[in-house]
Amino acid sequence: MSQFATLRDIRDAVQSGARSAVDVCTEALARIEAHDGTLNAFNTVTRDQALAQAAAVDAHPNRASLPLAGVPVALKDNLCTLGVRTTASSKILEHFVPPYDATTVAKLVAAGAVAVGKTNCDEFAMGSSNENSAFGPARNPWATDRIPGGSSGGSAVAVAAGMTPLSLGSDTGGSIRQPAALCGLVGLKPTYGRVSRYGLLAFASSLDQIGPFTRTVEDAALALQVLAGHDPADATSAPEPVPDYAAALTGHAKGLRIGVPRALVSDGVDAAVSKAFNEALDAYREAGATLVDIELPYASAAIPVYYLVATAEASSNLARYDGVRYGFRAPAEGGPGTQDDLRAMYGRSRELGFGHEVKRRIMLGTYVLSAGYYDAYYLKAQRVRTLIRRDYEHAFEQVDVVAMPTSPTPAFKIGERTSDPLQMYLADIFTVSANLAGLPAISLPCGFTADSLPIGLQLTGRMFDETTLLSAAHAYERQTAWWKAQPTL
Amino acid sequence: MLAFGMPATFSRSQIEAIAALAHLRLDEAEIELYARQLGEILEYANQVQNIDTTGVPPTASIGARHDADRADVVHTSLDRASALANAPDANVDAGLFKVPRVIG
Repeated sequence: MSQFATLRDIRDAVQSGARSAVDVCTEALARIEAHDGTLNAFNTVTRDQALAQAAAVDAHPNRASLPLAGVPVALKDNLCTLGVRTTASSKILEHFVPPYDATTVAKLVAAGAVAVGKTNCDEFAMGSSNENSAFGPARNPWATDRIPGGSSGGSAVAVAAGMTPLSLGSDTGGSIRQPAALCGLVGLKPTYGRVSRYGLLAFASSLDQIGPFTRTVEDAALALQVLAGHDPADATSAPEPVPDYAAALTGHAKGLRIGVPRALVSDGVDAAVSKAFNEALDAYREAGATLVDIELPYASAAIPVYYLVATAEASSNLARYDGVRYGFRAPAEGGPGTQDDLRAMYGRSRELGFGHEVKRRIMLGTYVLSAGYYDAYYLKAQRVRTLIRRDYEHAFEQVDVVAMPTSPTPAFKIGERTSDPLQMYLADIFTVSANLAGLPAISLPCGFTADSLPIGLQLTGRMFDETTLLSAAHAYERQTAWWKAQPTL
Repeated sequence: MLAFGMPATFSRSQIEAIAALAHLRLDEAEIELYARQLGEILEYANQVQNIDTTGVPPTASIGARHDADRADVVHTSLDRASALANAPDANVDAGLFKVPRVIG
């Protein structure tokens, strides 16, 4: 079986006994060892624990009942893992060892998945390139001088490089979909509330959502099946019933109505991305789908709204990192034998513990929440957020899914945008509105540039209608072979 | 003070005031950098001011519309040693997080 085997292939082989979970795990660990020196996808590799989990799968009395039997999974390093350090790629949590597992992690392992390690990401999931990591950038397997996207860059790299067939990321403004697009993968951001966030280090609580990276849409459906559902430990998780996602994958697009916000996608999009996007729409039309021009008049305001709302929430969420209960505490400024006062300790611990982008967002968020500016920025942004939600509600009266490119450009070079945060933020133009509206969205491969850089197609669906979303994505995937392409390492 | 529609720049003292609110110490280079960058980002974000939101309610969260109450039943939680295990300075025997002196 190739290292680029799908989740489904591996699961089936382990369930049937054709392969042992330990064998699969050993191969994944070897692949990580061979390539992670270059790619830097992992902050921590949990070799011993992974082999023990795999052995437990092999010893399971009914392996065939495990929906992810023996499937190696890489976990973004902002998901709490019992006894395994969880850093969020930040110096402030460099030595943090959680006393509990995130619900998603516990569910995967209970389903037979084998956790091989914690993946690199932008610090506290803040970024679109994985360059804001205290542990150095992850590299795109398709071109190692380029970014893999972010913030869940390492999770994308792990799957794209054939290290694991599945990884988890978190998506606050595109942090699963954009790296999936830039690495040639399927990346799914489920509906807000679909998947428990218990144990996810919070960035922007009204936007954050956990989801899978996979090579195929079917694999995404199989992963979501395990991840989805209400969790009493997360009050924002929804009690909506969980349908059979894989059963909905018919491979047909006949009768599907696809909304295309032409005005939004006509501007500032790389020519190769635009071409691939239009060809994907043609493929849908040929498969019997109907394309409908739609308007999302407020979507162009999504970036400013996002950066006002997300930074405000981040400044509040990150107040907990104060050098008292966990994380880094700065030594006293006066040296050994002296003591800072409490406020100085807070200030210095956060100064030395957080990186530039995190500080920039804390500053911006603190400002927009401060007296005198709250109404003008934060409250105003929340009102425009309502208008963006309504845009989609109106669109979904006419269409089943909305199509856009995932990212306006393919992967850019490491270092190319680091000096201009605003330019970096614009990478999220097509992804942030799904978070603001709470909607499920998926990115899937739809082509390559002349330089062999992957391009992603994004579909956005109705609240809790991952079924239609996955089915629509699957219908396109079935007609194309983009997902089969592999980088040369 | 920042006026809408104007090129936004922050003074050194404004940046220091925001940093103080956030319990964040900044070095000289960061103060200068953020004074410029926060201004640029907010200037861009000011486009939301031009959108008419008369009568539009704010969306604070895509709240799940369900009852999130739970039964009032005692259950186990983290034990004290686990809760203190990650503290940079703790007295595990006494069950305390330790912080620098607050009152002189």
